[in-house]
Amino acid sequence: MNLLEVDNLHVQFPTRSGTFDAVRGVSFSLGRERLGIVGESGSGKSLTGRAILRLIKPPGIVTADKISLEGENLLDLSERQMRKVRGQRISMVMQDPKFSLNPVMRVGEQIVEAYSQHTRASRKEAKAKAIEMLEAVSIRDSERVFRAYPHEMSGGMGQRIMIAMMLIPNPQILIADEPTSALDVSVQTQVLSIMDRLVQERGMGLVFISHDLNLVSAFCDRVLIMYGGRVVETCRADQLYNAKHPYTQGLLNSLPRLDTPVNRLQVLQRDDAWMTDNPQLDDKPDDLTQPHISKTDAETP
Amino acid sequence: MTTAAGKPPPTEYRSGWTRGSIKLARVIGSVLVTMLGLLFITFIIGRVMPIDPVISVVGERATKEVYDAAYQEMGLDKPVLVQFFYYLSDVVRGDFGTSYLNGRPVADEIRRVFPATLELATIGTLIGIIFGVPLGMIAAVKRDSWIDQVARVVALVGYSMPIFWLGLVGLLVFYGILGWVGGPGRVGIFYVDIVPPVTGMILIDSALDGQWEIFWDAVSHIVLPASILGYYSLAYISRMTRSFMLEQLNAEYVTTARVKGLSEWTVIWRHAFGNIKVQLITVIALSYAGLLEGSVLTEIIFSWPGIGSYITTALLSADMNAVLGGTVVVGLVFVCLNVLSDLLYSFFDPRAK
Repeated sequence: MNLLEVDNLHVQFPTRSGTFDAVRGVSFSLGRERLGIVGESGSGKSLTGRAILRLIKPPGIVTADKISLEGENLLDLSERQMRKVRGQRISMVMQDPKFSLNPVMRVGEQIVEAYSQHTRASRKEAKAKAIEMLEAVSIRDSERVFRAYPHEMSGGMGQRIMIAMMLIPNPQILIADEPTSALDVSVQTQVLSIMDRLVQERGMGLVFISHDLNLVSAFCDRVLIMYGGRVVETCRADQLYNAKHPYTQGLLNSLPRLDTPVNRLQVLQRDDAWMTDNPQLDDKPDDLTQPHISKTDAETP
Repeated sequence: MTTAAGKPPPTEYRSGWTRGSIKLARVIGSVLVTMLGLLFITFIIGRVMPIDPVISVVGERATKEVYDAAYQEMGLDKPVLVQFFYYLSDVVRGDFGTSYLNGRPVADEIRRVFPATLELATIGTLIGIIFGVPLGMIAAVKRDSWIDQVARVVALVGYSMPIFWLGLVGLLVFYGILGWVGGPGRVGIFYVDIVPPVTGMILIDSALDGQWEIFWDAVSHIVLPASILGYYSLAYISRMTRSFMLEQLNAEYVTTARVKGLSEWTVIWRHAFGNIKVQLITVIALSYAGLLEGSVLTEIIFSWPGIGSYITTALLSADMNAVLGGTVVVGLVFVCLNVLSDLLYSFFDPRAK
């Protein structure tokens, strides 16, 4: 069974001039794989991630035929039951650790809190576990970091702390919402590889939300391309450069490439038709809407 | 911090005591500089006022000789800077001069009226915090709900109702009609001047003396004026709490806390509230300082012998020593509250260290 299945997800915000549809009928499923969601700002990729965790606050409206986690429809759960899903089964790493870590709480306390919320561990056990987790994200002087405050950490450190905090209750799915866009280029790969290693080791599903096509094609197994609140194309990450949809092609052509340098990059052309037609029904093999089975997954039953 | 080898410790490992005393010295230094500035200003004000201090001492019908003698006695023939140092040394010794009005030392008078204001303002501020902070929190969390609207109206009334009107109506209803609280004054007429003044605050003095009857009488007298001042600061504190909270509730770390699966209560109190403490301290300190200045109207309505009505009375009768003495004390209170809130900042916000 797939870990996560999202069917016909809509996110709407009522405004004075009518309802704004931010996400319009997104469907996908996720296995124990790395799924990339790419799109420009405002394409609804972040909202899709947050809607899965049911973190969209009123007046935002979330509807879907189903959002099921191992067969259990998350939309049917009460808020109390949903709290058991958050953190413990689905977790999320956000963009900028400068804002996503609580500035007035010690790092260790924040990690311990994430762990103790879902276990009955004593404070001592939780601390040991947190230290262990900090070491797992390659933080060397974990004892010092445990006692430190977030502002004393660099961006890369902060994001590794965030990853440690989100993985400590051992969730099945991690949603990474632009986890490296706020980081220095030099530490991006380092943070990504740490995240990748942990996700692989634990056999988790990863939803990787990004606007960086190159990053996603290199890092993920499968990619959803979103435009204007809907999925315009789904393809295998290694075949992203053969994508058929004009929007994806436009995105690719607007990137500079070392192997074929051009004087002038293409400007992305947009077509209103992409907002309405359903590209998932276009001539595309069916298996691409289904999870891609990676090698590591096949090895570990 | 001495090491066995006798080597001086590296500077970055300065002991807590050293760091603490450096900080303390810095705080004291800034207080002294501020106070010096304040004293200079009050001194100048005292000099430029169109009031002849000699005449207020010797009277208008004094002979020229008497006038001159007094003039020299008061050091007015010396250069202004020297006069300032005389003034400074007087103030440091706790001498604010004597009141022109009744000839009593101003310092003694202030020692009598300030505790009354301190008592009232402290209880008023406590009421403001205890009710204002939760009210603002609820209003922010349940934004735009009926609770938010009720909180808004409560605060608006607190802001805009004239405080003397609230005081008079309060006295009429709770003292005159219902008889639930004591009337004007700090204690009932039979209890006046029975308790030996230690702190000058009747609640504390009577408790220290074990005079519980007087203590409860004082409580019944302070409830109404303190509630009215408390209501006033509640209005301010609750509105500010609400806006601070709204800002924090949209912050990303609050989403992080929710992603962890924490309950809404924990998210709000442990995470969001932890981040508004510093701002709240500023607001509370300001409103407390405002009350400590003495709320003249409240003091007059409730016959409360506080510093507000003392300074006002002195001002109306051109009793400059009293006015300046009162101003210095109020200024000192402001400076102390500032220092206190600075210390609390570094306690609540690790980034301020």
